[in-house]
Amino acid sequence: MDLDAARQVFFEECNELLAAMETALLAVENSADAERAEHINAMFRAAHTIKGSAGLFGLSEIVAFTHLCESVLDRLRDGELAINSGLIELLFACRDHVEALVDAVRDRVPAPAAAVLEDGLRGYMAKPVAIALGVPPTPQWEVAGDGDHVVSSDHWHISLRFSPDVLRNGMEPISFIRYLASLGRIVYLTTLYDALPEPEQMDPESCYLGFEIEFHAGPNVDKLTIENVFEFIRDDSTVRILPPHAHIAEFIRLIKESPEGMSRLGEILVRGGALTPFELDEVLGMQRDSLEAGEHRPLGSLLVEEGLVPAQAVAAALDKQREHAAQKTREHRVVRVDAGRLDTLIDLVGELVISGAAAQLSAGQSGNSVLIETISTLGELVERIRDEALSLRMVPVGEIFSRFPRVVRDASRELGKDIQLELAGEETELDKSMVDRLSDPLLHLVRNAIDHGIEARDARRIRGKADYGTVWLNAYHESGSVVIEVGDDGGGMNRERIRARAVERHLIDADEVLTDQQVLQLVFEPGFSTAETVTNLSGRGVGMDVVKRNIEALKGNIEIDSTDGEGTVVRLRMPLTLAIIDGFRVSVGPVSFVIPLDMVLECLDLPTESISRQHYLNLRGEVLPYLPLRELFEVDAPPAARRSVVVVQYGSKRAGLVVDSLEGELQAVIKPLGQLFRGVKGLAGSTILGSGAVALILDVPDLIGRAASDERRKVARIAAREARRPSMQEDGGS
Amino acid sequence: MAISASYQQDCCTLCIVGPFTIYAAVEAKARLLQELTQAQELEVDLSGVVEFDTAGIQLLLLLKREATRQGKPLRFNGHSKAVLAVIDLYNMAGVFGDPVLISSGGT
Repeated sequence: MDLDAARQVFFEECNELLAAMETALLAVENSADAERAEHINAMFRAAHTIKGSAGLFGLSEIVAFTHLCESVLDRLRDGELAINSGLIELLFACRDHVEALVDAVRDRVPAPAAAVLEDGLRGYMAKPVAIALGVPPTPQWEVAGDGDHVVSSDHWHISLRFSPDVLRNGMEPISFIRYLASLGRIVYLTTLYDALPEPEQMDPESCYLGFEIEFHAGPNVDKLTIENVFEFIRDDSTVRILPPHAHIAEFIRLIKESPEGMSRLGEILVRGGALTPFELDEVLGMQRDSLEAGEHRPLGSLLVEEGLVPAQAVAAALDKQREHAAQKTREHRVVRVDAGRLDTLIDLVGELVISGAAAQLSAGQSGNSVLIETISTLGELVERIRDEALSLRMVPVGEIFSRFPRVVRDASRELGKDIQLELAGEETELDKSMVDRLSDPLLHLVRNAIDHGIEARDARRIRGKADYGTVWLNAYHESGSVVIEVGDDGGGMNRERIRARAVERHLIDADEVLTDQQVLQLVFEPGFSTAETVTNLSGRGVGMDVVKRNIEALKGNIEIDSTDGEGTVVRLRMPLTLAIIDGFRVSVGPVSFVIPLDMVLECLDLPTESISRQHYLNLRGEVLPYLPLRELFEVDAPPAARRSVVVVQYGSKRAGLVVDSLEGELQAVIKPLGQLFRGVKGLAGSTILGSGAVALILDVPDLIGRAASDERRKVARIAAREARRPSMQEDGGS
Repeated sequence: MAISASYQQDCCTLCIVGPFTIYAAVEAKARLLQELTQAQELEVDLSGVVEFDTAGIQLLLLLKREATRQGKPLRFNGHSKAVLAVIDLYNMAGVFGDPVLISSGGT
């Protein structure tokens, strides 16, 4: 077995579990009763599972520490301890410590010590450390079942609890089960061993096992036949046989009478198929409907009135199981794959796309219609494989968002601000490599929003805002890119102050005319800060200039919308993927260029009369700046008689690109630019055409920026001229 | 049944040979727990187990749980046919989590 691979899985699992623990910790404060109990359970499960996995790898430090956590959580779970803010803080710190321990193992460095935390945990333990795998207490409740609901399972459900003496009496559970199997088919069998006592008390000759069996009976097998299988043990063991289509009430009775407690058995019922997930939903729905009937009354009292009180416990337990079961199925349906292998796959698909294009080209030249047909089918398949391969790397943005509840909580505590976090668009998908590298810039932006954005409570009251500030993260798709917004309802950015600071730092001249966006963009200059006080938060981490650099390194861009007194939105616009794109091929003289297809809006002929020095044309009443690629890239070829304009859009901006001819669509595998082209602006990469020739992929955002700045320069010139007139007031906006 | 132990530094390998059933359960329990207490790491070779039953599987469970509690790594390996048959029947391969060879014939 590849130990390194197994360790990798362990690290990933730990990350997931730690995230689950954090979510539960964040939620536990603001919950009550069953919900709170579930959060505590989730923490316990996380600690317990980490301990177990760490044990498998012999990571004794992690085992020892998580064992302490688990013991305290166990006391919480049993109601021996009450949750309070001090304990929550401690558990947060413990969770972080477990993370540090796991990181230490990964980085092969010595584990950090945490004597304070350990003492803190021990303070919450009144008794010697409890053993984790003990028998959970049997919940005390009654069930009044709904007698009409029928479970539509085709299987018998057999529940066996052997008496401790069966082995001594010379009877072997194995033989009973084998005999049962001869009468039909065992669909699913779960062995229960919770009753296994501590080593000192365990009598190796006693039987401690129980079984839950889903049994598909053969022909002519009835309840009596099945009962007869267990004839010899019926007197002192517990045997329960539920026929197919048994009433829910009977299942509930089974749940109630089982010694293992609800959580375990409910899960078994679903997993074993005695209760299908659909039926579980239905039962949950039935219970919810009855809750909804009495909107104003608390759930508890309503249930008592309806005679359903015990069912509340069932509902809670079922809710939990449903979540658990859903998680289970997810776990089993997901395969972990090394990212490197995915990259190799995508590289190969890229090669396939290129040779596909070559095959298409030579098929076209051969004029063989059968061949052309076949190759075009092949082309479609390649396209689908490409899409599938690329989607393998896509992960929801929620993966990054999930760390922010904690960040906001910690930061707002530190600064004494009341802040809530809103998340939206978590399901928006983005390339995995991008997700990893977006995390830090986003963290910085969120911290910024909390620290500089949200005002102090008094200032908020004066402005008539709610006492608590709101920071939100939102993600969505927009014309071939993914937009991630970090917003706050804070004080907004003061343009005057930014301007003044920029002048002070000699970034701009005092009389320089800037558009609103240009003023805001100044905050991305290195070392720029308008914060009046340096707090602990703003002191750490990176500056906005680093954020901008990181985003631009990913071929994304960043813009700010800010209204003084109302809030700020920082918008990151990221390309969907970095590997393969649908492109639109154009040419200028002998040179081919590729424009990402999703940025192309339309194509039109360049009207000869609008060839002007100003480089803009009238597109249905709108001013459209354009760039002639021939001049931009200094293509040395005689000018074409007719030229076309490709209108491209990125974000909210548009521009035209003037080319000689339009060649049509293609799939382009993005290759890095050769050494020769490294420094050339306006190019995003290169690709290889079917003919083997190289085409250059245009960096549309950069080109649009240039077309716009050509125009802006002109506006600025005019504005500056106006400003010099004594009667006119300068206006920073445009 | 015979249990032999060989130590390599702190890692102990236990070889169980013969029938591992209720008839030997009492002495097996004592021996297994004793070795676990001494060793820092335990490996149990089950390839020599010719007969296996519920008592046997309970002891493996007990050992596994105790090892987890003491924070010591424990592995079972070389599961013999007799052991595999019971683990399969009881659907407990997941509980032990050790890599096992799945026989093509099933149980």
